[in-house]
Amino acid sequence: MRQAAKDKCISLILLAVAMSAIASLAMIAAFIFREGLPIMMKVGVGKFLLSSDWYPQEGRFGIFPMIVGSLAVTAGAMVIGGTLSLACAILLTQFCPPKVVSILKPCIELLAGIPSVVYGFIGVVILVPAISRYLGGPGLSVLAASVVLGVMILPTVTSISVDALRAVPRSYREGAIALGATEWQTTHRVMLKAARSGIVAAMILGMGRAVGETMAVIMVAGNTLDLPHSILAPVRTLTSNIALEMGYAAGEHRRALFATGVTLFAIIMILNTIALTVSRRRARKAGQS
Amino acid sequence: MKRPSPAAMQRLAVSFMWLGTILTVGVLLFIVAYILTLGLPHVTWEFLSQGPRLMGREGGVFPMIVGTLWVAGLAVMIAAPVGVITAIYLTEYTLEGKLTAVIRFGADCLAGIPSIIFGLFGFVFFAITLGMGLSVLSGALTLAIMVLPTIIRTSEEAIRAVPRAYREAGYGLGATRWGVVTKVVLRSALPGIGTGVVLSIGRSISETAAVMLTAGSALRLPTSAFDSTRTLALHFYILAREGISMSKAYATASVLIVAILAINLFAYWVMQRFVAKVR
Repeated sequence: MRQAAKDKCISLILLAVAMSAIASLAMIAAFIFREGLPIMMKVGVGKFLLSSDWYPQEGRFGIFPMIVGSLAVTAGAMVIGGTLSLACAILLTQFCPPKVVSILKPCIELLAGIPSVVYGFIGVVILVPAISRYLGGPGLSVLAASVVLGVMILPTVTSISVDALRAVPRSYREGAIALGATEWQTTHRVMLKAARSGIVAAMILGMGRAVGETMAVIMVAGNTLDLPHSILAPVRTLTSNIALEMGYAAGEHRRALFATGVTLFAIIMILNTIALTVSRRRARKAGQS
Repeated sequence: MKRPSPAAMQRLAVSFMWLGTILTVGVLLFIVAYILTLGLPHVTWEFLSQGPRLMGREGGVFPMIVGTLWVAGLAVMIAAPVGVITAIYLTEYTLEGKLTAVIRFGADCLAGIPSIIFGLFGFVFFAITLGMGLSVLSGALTLAIMVLPTIIRTSEEAIRAVPRAYREAGYGLGATRWGVVTKVVLRSALPGIGTGVVLSIGRSISETAAVMLTAGSALRLPTSAFDSTRTLALHFYILAREGISMSKAYATASVLIVAILAINLFAYWVMQRFVAKVR
């Protein structure tokens, strides 16, 4: 009996600590919304989100181009980073001789720690001039930001996808091979399906990092306030808007930056919820069949 | 059109994946090599041991090294216990239900939140509302929340990977649940948990946006947790962005990269040893 009481007690303490993640999330939401929402209401939510005028001195706040900018840059990053890291993960877990894996995997994992500002810096000194020379435009562009972000998320997404694919029971693969499937058929019909929730989680993490990256994007995206009309046009993202102006903003202007944060927060939550439900529903379906 | 044979499909797919992998590893290695080639010649003992002069145009980065260690160290020390305990609760102490779904949702969402939002939150909450100002402590607390989901997720996966039989053997020997968790489960999950912690240290060191808004950008040496400081990553950003000094920027980036590679390498080595020992 005493043992059971002690166990219950430990369980409650653990629960209290375990709530800290959701509590932090609630606090973050509460504080950002408290600072940002009033000014959004004052300007009008529709006008704030859909107008393209950002003149803080005159009290005109519209962030439409930055919303478009954030989405465009993230989509680009996912196309580049998502594809490459999936290719890496599949190769490393399914097709690569173990000797090569033992070199490549640590390589990729070690590189996961490179600060994003370093990627941004390389973007400025190499990528931006190259884009400007070979593709035209100012170089500081949606494309540059997409490539930088895509490369930036590679190590993380790859190494988590690798773990997800490795977690698939060996017997699945052996079973499929025994039924006469080629390794590639096994990979994309069995392994990828079994590891899907892990891979989706990796992609979510990568997407979150891409939408949320600030400094690297500031360095290569150009930060103009216009709506980007091509991938070679400069662009300002929601994150850059906050970081660029937070240093000197005060009063309404600062609250408008928090409102930019509210928008970013909302976009992230929507993306997250979609991704999470999709991965969960698929997991359930796979479990039933 | 004839469908290509399964064997041909496989050859095609595999060659594409090789291409992608070589490109990935190539680009990443190129970045490191490029920075180190241009930066390492400028990294001297003076650069590491002196404070900056003329906004960083001359002198070194000693205060930034100290500031980075403070902020990142504190952040992980706060986040690691909380994260591991959360993971233990989720995997060992409760059945899947509404509560675990809520906790997991919280962690997953937290993972997706941009660092600049953490920065805004840390700025209003820790720096202004709690009166900590732009300081090492504000920065560390903000980063701790930021890396918490990484630690939770990796620890959870590591704990889940521990075979069921280990736990059953523990219970079979008459151990309590807490005994099984601490003596059996945590011990075999340790390398996985370590990976998460190391990833978090790396993320804390390389974070820029959140520390800019919470720890500030003071150039002097921080002497207490309530001093403002400038981390290496932020210093590098300011040097590069404001064009203060390219050679100092490359040198600072080299220090950052070498430090992170060293930390990761060390952790990797420890993990390998641990895995070998367990086997």
